[in-house]
Amino acid sequence: MLQASGLECVRGDRSLFSGVGFALDRGTLLHVQGPNGSGKTSLLRILAGLSQPESGRLDWDGRPVRELGDQYRATLAYLGHQNAIKDDLSAVENLLVSERLAGGDIDEPHAREALAGFGLARHADLPTRVLSQGQKRRAALARLAFRGRCRLWVLDEPFVALDAAAVARLGETIARHVHEGGIVVLTTHQAVDLPAARTEVLAL
Amino acid sequence: MTGATQRSTPSQAFATVVRRDLLLAMRRRAEVLTTLFFFVIVVSLFPLGIGPEMDTLRLIAPGVVWVAALLASMLALQRLFALDYADGTLESLLLAPQPLGLLVAAKVLAHWLVSGLPLVIIAPLLGLQFDLPGEALAILVVSLLLGTPTLSLIGGIGAALTLGLRGGGVLVSLLVLPLYIPVLIFGAGAVEAGSSGLGAGAHLSLLGAFFALAAFFAPWATAVALRISVE
Repeated sequence: MLQASGLECVRGDRSLFSGVGFALDRGTLLHVQGPNGSGKTSLLRILAGLSQPESGRLDWDGRPVRELGDQYRATLAYLGHQNAIKDDLSAVENLLVSERLAGGDIDEPHAREALAGFGLARHADLPTRVLSQGQKRRAALARLAFRGRCRLWVLDEPFVALDAAAVARLGETIARHVHEGGIVVLTTHQAVDLPAARTEVLAL
Repeated sequence: MTGATQRSTPSQAFATVVRRDLLLAMRRRAEVLTTLFFFVIVVSLFPLGIGPEMDTLRLIAPGVVWVAALLASMLALQRLFALDYADGTLESLLLAPQPLGLLVAAKVLAHWLVSGLPLVIIAPLLGLQFDLPGEALAILVVSLLLGTPTLSLIGGIGAALTLGLRGGGVLVSLLVLPLYIPVLIFGAGAVEAGSSGLGAGAHLSLLGAFFALAAFFAPWATAVALRISVE
């Protein structure tokens, strides 16, 4: 369970948000909302442990995230603003590398299967530099197929640049993860129908 | 599909990073060759500028080769983390459930194999331009073999600290060059001591000690610097 209380984020000399708190049990989806510049990405980076909050605490299963370190990172799947894929590698190579780094060990057929699930079957071997924006996003999202073991998903604008079919596919993936007892924290500006059992909204 | 996944070990993650970076270097050969050409051209300028005075050339050879190796290694430093930072893959390194120091060591190793090792291999050929005797050439190679990985390791700290800063390239030189001085002194000194008959053993041992120290501490310092820079 992910528990935050009194989180404050300061950029420069400006306070982006303060006093942000929530408690997310298994099987919950948290939709972080707010206008541009309200600190959604900053909050998600704090949740991922990439940056530290100015004040407040963040606990995972009752223990501070900072102390958990690798143990917390093993249970986290983070998709940032950037796709974290290498332009010179193909979608398959990217997926294999990122999965091995994340602690899983998948083989190529599985990687292809996951990419096909996101409609990239025909483009799996092209260098990702020639793919469109939406296809790159799909290549990055295909990772989620292997992150069922990660209980916490933190997704920053996952729906951006995706077409309707891919949005539906991702919505299903997220809903299934929540249904299986995972926790998903995401931001999106699109009106997406997320059929999750328990959806909470946090407005920044 | 999740049933097929199993936990990978830190050594697998290390190998994954090395293999990925070498593969990327193979796909972008032009950038890699820049460092090597820089090294060759800088070293070759000196005999052209000074003229065919063999005694002078022999005297300055170790220093020239070492300074050129130092500058070439620094030129390559900016590539170490900047691209990973720009496309977001650095974040996935930071979020990997593996010791970050280990992954940094893997990146530095791949970086050295691509930008340092070629210099070591081509150095004896360049040494011939300076009329260095065979024994001195051998010492030059050994000293570079011990010294250039140390340069990459130390440089990694500077590259990580200046990540994402404007004018980071100049800043990294200011940060890192002073730290390179001991390696330069003992690297060039080894060749001189060898050719004057004093024996290069002491110098090379010290270079080895620098390397051992840097290999042990630099990856962790770099890891801390990366976490600060990405925040």
